[in-house]
Amino acid sequence: MTAGSGRPKAGLADRDGFLAWVMLLPSVVYIIALVGVPFLLAIAFAFSDVTTGDPSFDFVGFGNFAEVFDDGVFWRSLRNTLFFTLVSMVLIVVFGKILANILVADFHGKWFVRFLVLLPWTTPVALSTVSWLWFLDSIFSPVDWVLRNLGLIDANVVWLGRPGTAMASVIAVQVWRLTPLAAVIVMAGLVAIPRDINEAARIDGAGFWRRMFEVTIPLTLPVIAVAGLFGAIMTFTDMTVPYVLTRGGPTHATDVLASWAYFRGIEGGDVGQGAAIALFLFPLLFAGAIAILRAVRRLEAR
Amino acid sequence: MNTVEVKGLVKTFDGHVRARRRGRGDQVRALDGVDLAAEPGEYLVLLGPSGCGKTTLLRTIAGLEQPTEGEVLIGGNVVNGLPPRVRQIAMVFQSYALYPHKTVLDNIVFPLRAEGMAKDERDRKAKWAAELLDIQPLLRRKPRQLSGGERQRVALARALVRDPAVFLLDEPLSNLDAKMRATARDELKRFQERVGTTTIYVTHDQAEAMGLGDRIAVLEHGRVRQVGTPQEVYDDPADTFVATFIGSPPMNLVRRDGRLVGFRPEHLLPVENVPADARVRMPFQVERMEYLSGDRHVYGTVTGIGEETRVIARLPATVGTPLEAGETREFAVPAERLRFFDADGGKRAAAVPIGGSP
Repeated sequence: MTAGSGRPKAGLADRDGFLAWVMLLPSVVYIIALVGVPFLLAIAFAFSDVTTGDPSFDFVGFGNFAEVFDDGVFWRSLRNTLFFTLVSMVLIVVFGKILANILVADFHGKWFVRFLVLLPWTTPVALSTVSWLWFLDSIFSPVDWVLRNLGLIDANVVWLGRPGTAMASVIAVQVWRLTPLAAVIVMAGLVAIPRDINEAARIDGAGFWRRMFEVTIPLTLPVIAVAGLFGAIMTFTDMTVPYVLTRGGPTHATDVLASWAYFRGIEGGDVGQGAAIALFLFPLLFAGAIAILRAVRRLEAR
Repeated sequence: MNTVEVKGLVKTFDGHVRARRRGRGDQVRALDGVDLAAEPGEYLVLLGPSGCGKTTLLRTIAGLEQPTEGEVLIGGNVVNGLPPRVRQIAMVFQSYALYPHKTVLDNIVFPLRAEGMAKDERDRKAKWAAELLDIQPLLRRKPRQLSGGERQRVALARALVRDPAVFLLDEPLSNLDAKMRATARDELKRFQERVGTTTIYVTHDQAEAMGLGDRIAVLEHGRVRQVGTPQEVYDDPADTFVATFIGSPPMNLVRRDGRLVGFRPEHLLPVENVPADARVRMPFQVERMEYLSGDRHVYGTVTGIGEETRVIARLPATVGTPLEAGETREFAVPAERLRFFDADGGKRAAAVPIGGSP
């Protein structure tokens, strides 16, 4: 070795600061372009009179908000959104926990059950919702057919035609769709519990329910909270299921904020009002996310 | 009546499910016909290398595993098929398995709450157990705020409050550092002497086994090789496995006409240190020496009593004979210290006379 070749130098790839930026840049660009810019644009539109027919930007202050607040449908869709999200979240967490227990259990043919459980999550939403649309059809519904033949009902229920059953149907499909995700998240928490702890509880004389409520659930609460957070956010911001299934009907009984913003802003053409409605998703979502994340942190700190 | 007894216990584990479906069932016999009994108040240690089935045996007694064949009896009743909670057993796991989200007090009363005991009664019991194990100041803490030794005591307290017929301890010292282990071992022994409950203790550490056990059951490949007091298994090993597993360094074995002649390293001494009336002499070629806590461990080769074999001699500090690597010296073993084994099978065999006395 000679001194002439010079000392070995750290290349660009050895510098952590530089590397960090290179690695982060694509996602930063991505988030700014696809989340940041549209978000700012939505705020700008909310204070303007932009419509699909007249894209020129004129500042109108809080005019859009005043109109939105005067509209009874907005309040209805806000209530619907909260109800839809809350009920779906609870059901998603409960069913997700039950499914997760099935997923971790050891039995014959468990690969097939796992496949079936994960199927709703892998099917495109629009596609699966269309099949649900047929399932709940007013005349040809196989659900009604089964119930009729079992003698439980006399005439078709017309699931999507009545406010109560329409909301129930929308919630059912949303729960069906998101439960697998929650199940997989909770399952990750379940397998992380040391086997010893469950066995110790068995030796200590705890039965199934005591083990479930005093050992398993407390130890998986953080992941259950995460599953709930995902379920809530994906339900709160989602409009696919109500849109495809009921188009917000009957008489706005299943309109949620996202679908109402879409109907108003895009189909109705009033972009300004649509943006104002959509902005309501943000603070509620933000507060919800912070609340659940804080709950998670408190649990971890225990 | 024995507190715990197992009869003809066999436990097989299936290999991979797919392998079984394809018809090449690779079964593992974790327990291969175990007969064992623990007497009331006894401290029985299950000792063996990893994979010998000692933990499986303990778990089968606890009811966490169901035996493939054979019977488990607790207090004279067959408990096969019964869940752990009705077996009157308490178990301390290797990891202690404390409930991390519960305080120490809640951990200790958990089994009592599962029994449905009244609150003041279980608080009284918890206090008694905490006092016995000296952990009253810790009752409000969470397990992760405790040191390894404290966790172990909490796990013992949780086991103790149930008044079990038998304690099952699964390597409870292996998570402690070497220094803690000696103190904890002493504590465990004194604790059991005070409570007087039958205890079955699993370990792979022979020092723990010799120190704690009233009797030791040596296991290998799912079979009990020998059951006896620490002195019996050390001085009179039933076969070559026990002879070489117990003792550090292990027993020396020299092959001679279809027999193995065994003697412990501490009995192989320079000839002038062995009483002259009944000794077996052998020339010993010294290869190298280690100086360990006052003793000299001498590695070398012996000839004369059988085939030329590498052996180890352990000279206590009281033996001052100067030794050099490379030299050959006359060593000897007291004749009554020789043990004989079958060369094939390794079982104990009758003594054969070995010439070469003085």
